[in-house]
Amino acid sequence: MSGYSLCFTAVVVFKRKTWLSLGQLAFPCVLCRSISQNSALCRKNLAAAGPEKFTAEFIQKQIEEFNIGKRHLANIMGEDPENFSQEDIDRSIAYLFPSGLFEKKARPLMKHPDEIFPMQRAVQWGKDRRPFHFLFYTGKQSYYSLMHELYGKMLNIEKHQDRLRSKGLFSKDGHKISLGMSRWLTKEELEALLVENISTHDYNRFIQIMERLLSMPYCNIEEEFVLRFRHLLQTQSRHQMVSALQKDENGVAFSSAEGCRKTSHSTVVLRDCGSGRLSVNGQDSLLYFPVLQDREQLMFPMQFTGTLGRFDLECTVSGGGRSSQAGALRLAISRALLSFLSPSEREMMRQAGLLTPDPRVRERKKPGQEGARRKFTWKKR
Amino acid sequence: MRKLNFVCILTDFFCLLKTFGISLKCLATVMSNWKIRDLLSLGLLGLRHSRGVLTKYSSAGQTVSAAASVSSPQLQPNDAAEKILNLPLEKPDFFRVAELFSLKDLFDARVHLGHKKGCRHRLMEPYLYGCRLDQDIFDLDQTVEHLQRALNFTAHIAYRGGIILFVSRRRQFGHLVESTAKDCGEYAHTRYWQGGLLTNANIQYGPGVRLPDLIIFLSTLNNVFQQHVGVRDAAKMNIPTVGVVDSNCNPCLVTYPVPGNDDTPVAMELYCRLFKMTINRAKDKRRQVELLYGLNAPSPSNS
Repeated sequence: MSGYSLCFTAVVVFKRKTWLSLGQLAFPCVLCRSISQNSALCRKNLAAAGPEKFTAEFIQKQIEEFNIGKRHLANIMGEDPENFSQEDIDRSIAYLFPSGLFEKKARPLMKHPDEIFPMQRAVQWGKDRRPFHFLFYTGKQSYYSLMHELYGKMLNIEKHQDRLRSKGLFSKDGHKISLGMSRWLTKEELEALLVENISTHDYNRFIQIMERLLSMPYCNIEEEFVLRFRHLLQTQSRHQMVSALQKDENGVAFSSAEGCRKTSHSTVVLRDCGSGRLSVNGQDSLLYFPVLQDREQLMFPMQFTGTLGRFDLECTVSGGGRSSQAGALRLAISRALLSFLSPSEREMMRQAGLLTPDPRVRERKKPGQEGARRKFTWKKR
Repeated sequence: MRKLNFVCILTDFFCLLKTFGISLKCLATVMSNWKIRDLLSLGLLGLRHSRGVLTKYSSAGQTVSAAASVSSPQLQPNDAAEKILNLPLEKPDFFRVAELFSLKDLFDARVHLGHKKGCRHRLMEPYLYGCRLDQDIFDLDQTVEHLQRALNFTAHIAYRGGIILFVSRRRQFGHLVESTAKDCGEYAHTRYWQGGLLTNANIQYGPGVRLPDLIIFLSTLNNVFQQHVGVRDAAKMNIPTVGVVDSNCNPCLVTYPVPGNDDTPVAMELYCRLFKMTINRAKDKRRQVELLYGLNAPSPSNS
């Protein structure tokens, strides 16, 4: 377009000033009249620019810098640069730059650039400007190519069914895919997979057609294609870390665990003696916790599992106040009990909420307010 | 229309030059500086080149190329490229597309069957042979002619490395059309047509996108039996179209209409097969010719 306008103005000028010799007709842009512009027009329109785009070279440079930085960090920490894993990096950064910020994402972080910068579409066409993907002109190339593939799979299954029918081996309850504990990918996960924005209508259509594919007999030939879009559900109870059951010199089984609540930390050693004694920081529980409520908190895990008189507790607790220390102890006792129980009882404890650490901490005071939530007295005038 | 103005201005320009006695030689040096050849080969008059494949070049173009060839020394590497591009123009049916199908094949694929008399579009009447028991029958002689022209044009576009877009909004044949496009190495669009696809391309796809050089409609109607938006948009963007027009379609805006049936699976498979074969043939021919001229390149060519 610019080339065209260049020509146009040149020709117009030539028509008007015909006495100009050709030698003077250097570049017509010199003869264009200049337009004065407002500074507001020269400023970048940040809203219209859209999300920031990173070039491939930029990402490459970031990856190189990350790798070099990783080696430097390993040297600083005195560890082997070759076998420095991401967990080591996180540990080192937490050590070198301790931060008390609550928002985990606001803390200093060092991760591989692929995890930080969102995946972006590279330029979709080559040197001769021909697009790479055959569905480029539809606008949603990844989504539509997925639908194309899906339809191809369905045709495949139907062909297989026809082949079986011709041999007489077809049955309506043919092999279907066993899904197990899995769910379909959510819209966000599908968008991340395809690196493309999908509308809800498109997503629903996709799920509808996948369900239809699953309902066809003999769909097990396309099992791996379907499983690509299913996410395994993780049941909560499998992720419990159960502390090991140890035996001391007398052959008595014991286990220890830790717990915390607000600012209190506690450790508990549970011995399978059969006495039911409770000692906290060397003192008897009655002396340490004069209030009934705190003692009830300590007793609750064992009362729930029906092991009140069976165990001998040796507890240490520090920090916080009366109630938070009792809560910390309760959590530690429940965790220590896990190693003595069967999986169904563990599940019952988890459902009762005994194993969940209480996330409530003191909320900070904000400026302009009297407390965390209390505002200053509002005066009308 | 901006293109016409440009040509008018150019012709005025030449008249002015003649009146002031400025030689074409000086003009040629100036023109080569401005790289008007590049302008002509790209964007604006580029399509004029592709459309004028079967006709002569415009007079303005000819004078410029004649002027340029007089003096500029940069021409030798372009000679081979020019020969490669001009080679198919020597014969009327260079790619022998007429051999790909016969009238009997069209008849067997039920291409001659149209819709009922009530659905007939007024402008399709010249292409109809007649009407039997209320059903329109296409004149296959005309269809053969039109199809040969369309396939020839497609072959020339594919030979010159143009982008071909297959469009069809029929859900029954969407997969078939997409597979055909994939096999040819060309592009397909059998989905919902977003409004600004061709007309607002720079914003929708990003700056510097290349639009299709040919659009092949395997059915010019959309799902509500109205003319596909692509036909009108291609005409707006000066993109030539090839379209299979049934007896209820409007053949006006289609550059190379092919009157025939677009509802039967057999007919659609025939069309897809024919287009795929022509495009593959044209691309193979191009590769052959490039190799041939690549071998001849060391020998110096006289300007």
